[in-house]
Amino acid sequence: MAKVLMKGCEAIGEAAIRAGCRNFFGYPITPQTEVPEYLAKRFPEVGGIFVQAESEVAAINMLYGGAGVGKRVLTTSSSPGISLMAEGVSYIAACHLPIVLVNIVRAGPGLGGILPAQSDYLQATKGHGHGDYKLLVLAPSSVQEAVDLIYEAFDLADQYLTPVMVMGDGMIGQMMEPVEFPEMRDLGSLPSKSWAATGARGRKPNIINSLYLKEEACNANSWKLKEKYDEIVKKEKRSEAYACDDGELDVLMVAYGTMARICKTAADEVRREDKKKIGVFRPISLWPYPYEALAAEARKAKRILVVEMSTGQMVEDVQLAVLGSKPIDFYGETGGVVPSPDDVAAKLRE
Amino acid sequence: MKKIFGYPESLTPSHTHYCPGCTHGTIHRLVAESLDELGVRERTVGIAPVGCSVLAYNYFNCDMFEAAHGRAPAVATGAKRCRPDLVLFTYQGDGDLASIGTAEIIHAANRGEKITVIFVNNAIYGMTGGQMAPTTMPGQVTTTCPFGRNTEHEGHPIRVVEMINTLETPAFLARVSSHTPLHVIEAKKAIREAFRLQVEGVCFSMVEVLSICPTNWGLTTAESNKWLEETMMPYYPLGVLKRPAVDRAPDPMAIALPEGV
Ligand SMILES: Cc1ncc(C[n+]2csc(CCOP(=O)(O)OP(=O)(O)O)c2C)c(N)n1
Ligand code: SF4
Ligand SMILES: [Mg+2]
Repeated sequence: MAKVLMKGCEAIGEAAIRAGCRNFFGYPITPQTEVPEYLAKRFPEVGGIFVQAESEVAAINMLYGGAGVGKRVLTTSSSPGISLMAEGVSYIAACHLPIVLVNIVRAGPGLGGILPAQSDYLQATKGHGHGDYKLLVLAPSSVQEAVDLIYEAFDLADQYLTPVMVMGDGMIGQMMEPVEFPEMRDLGSLPSKSWAATGARGRKPNIINSLYLKEEACNANSWKLKEKYDEIVKKEKRSEAYACDDGELDVLMVAYGTMARICKTAADEVRREDKKKIGVFRPISLWPYPYEALAAEARKAKRILVVEMSTGQMVEDVQLAVLGSKPIDFYGETGGVVPSPDDVAAKLRE
Repeated sequence: MKKIFGYPESLTPSHTHYCPGCTHGTIHRLVAESLDELGVRERTVGIAPVGCSVLAYNYFNCDMFEAAHGRAPAVATGAKRCRPDLVLFTYQGDGDLASIGTAEIIHAANRGEKITVIFVNNAIYGMTGGQMAPTTMPGQVTTTCPFGRNTEHEGHPIRVVEMINTLETPAFLARVSSHTPLHVIEAKKAIREAFRLQVEGVCFSMVEVLSICPTNWGLTTAESNKWLEETMMPYYPLGVLKRPAVDRAPDPMAIALPEGV
């Protein structure tokens, strides 16, 4: 299929359609509103259902309903909206329901700003809603990768019966790049869902529930979730190592999403001009975090530089991977300030 | 011999956890009978709330969800939009629907979601032990308005169906009561009509049912019935507030009613 030039948000909407999603519920918020706008226009052509919810609280509960009756469902939002969805995502995870949600991260905390940031890392990977649950979090660093990860996210959600988040910064949502779309999924080939609440015809009622008043039952559900998360940790870690394959590195940078792209450019520049060996490690799955792959690259490096569009939310995970074996520096800007390749290069030269 | 009365198929044969005298159980039965009579149990999905009826998923013999506090209309919206062939109902208390879930109910009604909402107004938070609800009567004592609801401080009770009645979107809106056999018969008619309109694909339908909570009102069942009649009924008038226009074009998603219903 030929490449088309497309804005990230619109490409995300189209990728969801390709993945067999025909149900979108969401609430406008910059910088991701082009996803609902795109789907509102495009869905009628493919028999999709688009609902503008009254809030993100309602939107995520509409996903709960849609996932519970067995359909592939999507919502997209940005930071403040994702905070409002935490309650619903906790219920969805507890009920073992598959959904895909996209966070096109903007600057925070509070109302923050509408410019790109990476300041929801901890929320996505360690926190969000209440209770013992996890989100599988994937972080694209190009529009093409956003398309590919969205396409895959629906399969991962169905496979593990869990919410999957694709987290991009505002840059991923707003920039235009050439993309190639995967084939349209045949809706008939989607996994069947015998657990869904579709009417108790000739069978016992199916109940979508997260209430366990008996402590043993509640405990058991948390451990059932944990077992699933252990499997995800085993099988779903993804990362990329860039320019890490020529002996000892002067610096290994660790960055994800758009920031990783900027770091690659800076690495090339410093390699070329200063004849220093610089590599970039890019986690693609933020949870599960690719600790082992990072540790393997870190072994080759004299020091590590973590670069983020936040005040350093991923540093703890890098520390956990390296376990004190290498010095770790951090460089970050946030609030919508996007470090340029020159800014990063200057840090590499320090 | 022809069976003329029995246990509804749409109820599971279980003992409920409701307090003696509580009318939640009666209202469950009216919903179940309506589903049976319309022949839709096998394509019905109910949404239980957070409140005393949180365990309703154990009592209705159909597919069920348990929703977060107040969010049942949003859950029903998602389910119904994804599967328009299903019959969706929510069953919610006054704290659930008229306080924490106000946005969800107003907008589901305003979008004209083809769902049926059973709204149980007992003027109190039953489950959490008798706190003030948005529907608590002026002067009514609860654990969080121990000197009686002061309208200067807590405002006046919300008349939810009247509020929803201000919306342009076609709907079936009714208020009934559950405290005497005669009222129960009327309540049944309204609930059945509400479901029937959904099954025909006509409109959003909502029935508010005045209900008693002897436990948290601190009254006997007989006293509760009297209090409901004397205090709640004058403020919450019974009747059908809105019926869809009869000549409304049928929804293309409508499913024909079985013969004789
Ligand atoms: C988000 C959230 N806030 C608060 C609660 C606690 N809570 C449980 S039930 C309830 C009130 C229910 O009252 P109502 O809806 O009137 O139902 P009733 O028990 O009277 O039938 C509250 C506040 C909760 N479960 N979730
Ligand atoms: S507390 Fe009130 S509403 Fe709840 S079961 Fe008892 S009587 Fe019914
Ligand atoms: Mg109540």
